[in-house]
Amino acid sequence: MNSYAVIIIIIIYLAMLFYIAFLAEKKRQSKWVNNPYVYTLSLAVYCSAWTYYGSVGIAANSGIDFLPIYLGPVIAAPLWIVLLRKIIRISKHHKISSIADFISLRYGNNRFLGALVTIICLFGTLPYISLQLKAVSETFEILSGENSYISTTVIDDSTFYIALLLAIFAAFFGTQNTDASEKHKGIVATVALESMLKLIFFLVIGIYITFFLFDGTSDIYEKVSITENFKALTTFGEVEAGFNWFFMIALSFMVVFLLPRQFQVAVLENNREKHLKKAIWLFPLYLLLFNIFVIFIAWAGKLTFGSTENAEYYTLLLPLEHGNTFLATLVFLGGFSAVISMVVVSTLALSTMVSNNLVIPYGFLDKFIKNQPERNSKYIKAIRRVSIFTIIITAYFFYVLFSKALSLYSIGLISFVIIAQLAPSFFIGLYWNRGSSKGAIIGMIVGFFVALYTLVLPFTLESYLGTDDFRQYGLMGIEALKPYALFGIDFLSPPAHAFFWSITFNLFSYLMFSLLSKGNYRERNYAEMFVDSKNFTKLQDSALVWKGEAYVSDIKNVLARFLGDQRATRALKIFFTKYKLSQDTQLADARLINFSERLLTGSIGSASAKILIASVVKEEQISLVEVLKILEESKENIVSNKMLLEKSNELSQLTSRLKEANEELISKDRQKDEFLDTVAHELKTPITGIRAATEVILDDEDMPKEIKAQFLKNILEDSDRLGRLIHNILDFEKLETGGLQLDLKHQDIQKTIGKAISSISHIAAKKEVQIINNNVHSFKVSYEEDRILQVLTNLLSNAIKFCEAKTGKIIVDYKLGNDRLEISVSDNGKGILEEDFLYIFDKFYQSQDQNTRKPEGSGLGLAITKQIVEKHNGKIWAKKDIKIGATLVFTIPFK
Amino acid sequence: MTKKILIVDDEPNIVMSLEYTFKKQGFEVFIARDGSEALELLKHHIPNVILLDIMMPNVDGYQTLSLIKESESLKHIKVVFLTAKNKASDIEKGLKLGADKYLTKPFSVKKIVSEILELVT
Repeated sequence: MNSYAVIIIIIIYLAMLFYIAFLAEKKRQSKWVNNPYVYTLSLAVYCSAWTYYGSVGIAANSGIDFLPIYLGPVIAAPLWIVLLRKIIRISKHHKISSIADFISLRYGNNRFLGALVTIICLFGTLPYISLQLKAVSETFEILSGENSYISTTVIDDSTFYIALLLAIFAAFFGTQNTDASEKHKGIVATVALESMLKLIFFLVIGIYITFFLFDGTSDIYEKVSITENFKALTTFGEVEAGFNWFFMIALSFMVVFLLPRQFQVAVLENNREKHLKKAIWLFPLYLLLFNIFVIFIAWAGKLTFGSTENAEYYTLLLPLEHGNTFLATLVFLGGFSAVISMVVVSTLALSTMVSNNLVIPYGFLDKFIKNQPERNSKYIKAIRRVSIFTIIITAYFFYVLFSKALSLYSIGLISFVIIAQLAPSFFIGLYWNRGSSKGAIIGMIVGFFVALYTLVLPFTLESYLGTDDFRQYGLMGIEALKPYALFGIDFLSPPAHAFFWSITFNLFSYLMFSLLSKGNYRERNYAEMFVDSKNFTKLQDSALVWKGEAYVSDIKNVLARFLGDQRATRALKIFFTKYKLSQDTQLADARLINFSERLLTGSIGSASAKILIASVVKEEQISLVEVLKILEESKENIVSNKMLLEKSNELSQLTSRLKEANEELISKDRQKDEFLDTVAHELKTPITGIRAATEVILDDEDMPKEIKAQFLKNILEDSDRLGRLIHNILDFEKLETGGLQLDLKHQDIQKTIGKAISSISHIAAKKEVQIINNNVHSFKVSYEEDRILQVLTNLLSNAIKFCEAKTGKIIVDYKLGNDRLEISVSDNGKGILEEDFLYIFDKFYQSQDQNTRKPEGSGLGLAITKQIVEKHNGKIWAKKDIKIGATLVFTIPFK
Repeated sequence: MTKKILIVDDEPNIVMSLEYTFKKQGFEVFIARDGSEALELLKHHIPNVILLDIMMPNVDGYQTLSLIKESESLKHIKVVFLTAKNKASDIEKGLKLGADKYLTKPFSVKKIVSEILELVT
C-alpha cells in the first residue's frame, strides 16, 4: 500500500477520535460516557502495542512465557473491590491527581517524595512510550512496503508527525481544566473505543489466520509439533521456570496498580465505585479474549516464514503475505489504537506529575504567589501542555537514538521493573501506619539503582559498547556482582532477576528505615488517614495534633490566586457553614488548613498545596510531650463531657417528670371543674322541678285536686333526690380525699350478702326480679360491713334497674382466689356496651344508650362503690365477653 | 290559630310543670325526652317554638339545634334553650348555633311564658 494512503487512513482515524473525544466532553453526563463498560474498556489501556504485537513475538521465540504478564492483572482483579476501592475513596477525598500525589500525600505531603515518584515514573514510562512509537513506525513501514526504511532526518519521518498529533490530542483534551483531578471524559471515551477496536481487530486476524490460512487450531498444532525445538517452547520448564513465572506474575500484579496510565484510568477517571463490580470480571475476560489466538498466530507465522526474526509483526505480515491488504490495514489500525491510548493516557498522567510534583513545587511556586488568578490558571495549563509535548518528543528521540535495537518485549519489562519500585511504599503504606517518608524515599532510590544495575546497565553497555564483559564478569570482576546473577542467583531470567533483587532491597530499606525513624506528626496524621480510610474524614477534620497560627484572610488570598476571588469566597463560606463557624472567623484552625490544602491539591498537587498554605501559616513543630498533653486534655474533655451528658440526661428526665406532673395537675383541675359543673347541674335539676311545680300550684287556685297531688308528689320526689344527692356527694368527697378511716372487722361475707339481698328485696319483688345467692358457705374476712353493704346494694340495685320486669334474674356468688375473695353480681339484663366498659365507674357517667326513663340515682353510685372497694385494697371491674346481661366483680384481699 | 310548642327535656317533673302551664295558655304542647325523639316528632309536626334542654342522653341540645338549622323546612322555627348550663361560654355557643333565646334553670314559669309569648306573637 502506498505510504500516502496509509497517512490518509491515519489522519481520518485520528479525526474520528478527535470527534469522539469532543462529543464525550460535550455530553459529560451522558450514560454513554459514564458506565461500567466504558470504565472496564478504559482499563484495557493496559494492553499496549506490546500486547498487540509483542506477545506474538514472545510466543514465537519462547512459547507461553507471554502469559504471566496477563495472569498478574487477572489475579489482582478480584482484589480491586477492596484495594482499589480504598485507593479511589482516598483519592477522591483528597482530590489526588496522580500516583505521585497519592504517595507523597500518604507520607505527609512530602515534596521530595512526589518528585522522586515522578522521576521514577518518567524513567519507567519514557522508554515505554518510545516503544509505542517504534511499533507505529515499523508497522507503518511494513504496511506501506517501504522495507527497513529509516529516515535520516526528523523532518522526513512520519512517526514524528504522528507523535506530534498525539501530543496535540493529549494537550487539547488533557488540559481542559486546571484542576487535574477533574475527569477527562473525552480521553476516556476514546480509550474505551480503541480498546474495543483493538480487541475486535485482533480477534478478526486471529480467526483469519487460524481458520482461513490454516485449518483450525489442531491443524496448526499438528504442523508445528513436528518442527524442531517445539517441545521446549510449549512445556513448562524446570523449577527455575517456575520461579520466573512467579516473579513475572508478581511484577504484573503490582504494575497494574502502579503504572501511571493504569492509576489514571482506574482511580482518577473512576466515576462510581460500583463500576468496579463489573470491571473485576469483565477485565480478566477481556485479557483472556486477547490471548486466545496469540500462540496460534505465532505458530502460523513460524510455519509460514520459517524464521522468527520479525515474529512481533506476524499479525501484519501474514495477511500481507496472502495479499490481504484490507485485513493488514485493520491490524495496523488496531495496533495504532493500542499505541494512541497508551501514549495519550501515559503522557497525560506524566504531564500532571511533572507539573504538579516537579515543576510547580520546585520552580514556580514563588511566581504563583505574586501572580493574578487568571494568569496562574494559564500558567498551570501551559506547564502541563509543554510537559506533554516535551514528554512525547523526548520519547521520540529516545526511540530514534536508542530503542531501534531493542525488542518491544524487553523495553516493556524494563519499564515494569522500574515502576514496580513504587510498590512497597504504595501497598504497605495503605495498611501500615508506621511506614515513613524516609523509608519510602530510601527504599525507592535503592530499588531503582539495583534495577538500573541489574537490568538497564548491562543491557545498554552490551548494545552500545558491543562487549558483554560487564555481564560476564561483573563489576570489577567480582563474581557476586555479576548483573544477571547477583550474589550467585543465576537461574532467573534477567527481568525476573532484576525484579527480585530490586524489590527485595527496596522492601528491606523501606521497612528498616520506617522502623528506625518515625515520621513527624504531620506524616503520621496522613498515615492514619490512609490506613484507617473509613474514618479519614473524621481524622482529617479533627486533626488533633496541629499547632500553629494562621489568619483566614491570608489563606483566602492564597486560595484566590488559584481559584479566583469568587470561588475562594464561596469555598470558605461553605466551610464555615459546614462547621457552624461564624462567617467572619479570624483565626484559621486545623480543619481550615486541611480544607484549603485539599482545595489546591487538584490544581497544583498536594506537596505544593502544603508549601503554599504553609507559607501563610506559622506552623510549629509539636514535641511528643505536647502531643501527649493534648491527648490527655482531650481525654479529660471526654470524661467531663460524659459527666455533663449524664447530668443533662438527669435534667431532661426531671423535666419530663415535671411535665407529667403538671399535665396530671391540669387534668385533675379540669376533672374538678367538670365534676363541679356536673354537680351543679345535678343539683339544679330537682330544684328546678320543685320551683316550677310550686309556682304552678301557687298561681293556679282552680287546679284540679288530683293534678295538684301529682305536682306535690313530684316536689317530694325531687326533694328526696336532692337529699340523696347531697349525701352521696359528701360521701364521695370523703372517700376520694382519703378522709375516711375504715372500721375493719373480721366477719362473715355470707352474712353480709344476706343482709344486702334482704335490704333490697322489696324493690326486686316490686319488679318481680329474682335474686339468687349461689354460695351459702360462710367465709370470714376483714372489712367494714356498712361499706361493703353499700357496695352490694349499689350493685344489686343497678342490676335490678337494668333487668326486665318479671324475667329478670340476678345471681350473687363468691369464690376464693389465692389471696383474695372474689364476689360477683350477674344479671340477665341488657348488658354493658363495649364503649362503656372503661367509664361506668366514672362519676356522673351515663351511657348514651338509655332509652329508659332516666335512671334514678345520683350518678355517683358506681364511683362511690369503686372508691370503697379500693379503700379495701380490692379491685372492681365489669367482666367482658359476657353473652347475656352484665357481671360486675369486686375483690377483698385476705389480710 | 293555636300556637304549637315542643318541649324537649329528659326530666319528667320539669316537663310536667311546663306542659301544664303552656296548655293553660292555649298552646298545643308536644313533648320529647331527647334530641332524637324531638327530631322524629318534627317530621310530622311543625311547632312555632321549641324549648330545648342541652344536657340530654343520645342527641344533646346543641346537636339537635344544629340539625334543625340544617333543615330547610325546620330552620325557621324559633328555638329557646332552657338549661342548667349557665357559663358564659355555653351561652355564647348556644346563641352562635342560632338559638333565639337562652334561658337558665332554675326558672320562673311566668318568665318563661312571657319570653315565649314575646317570640311567637
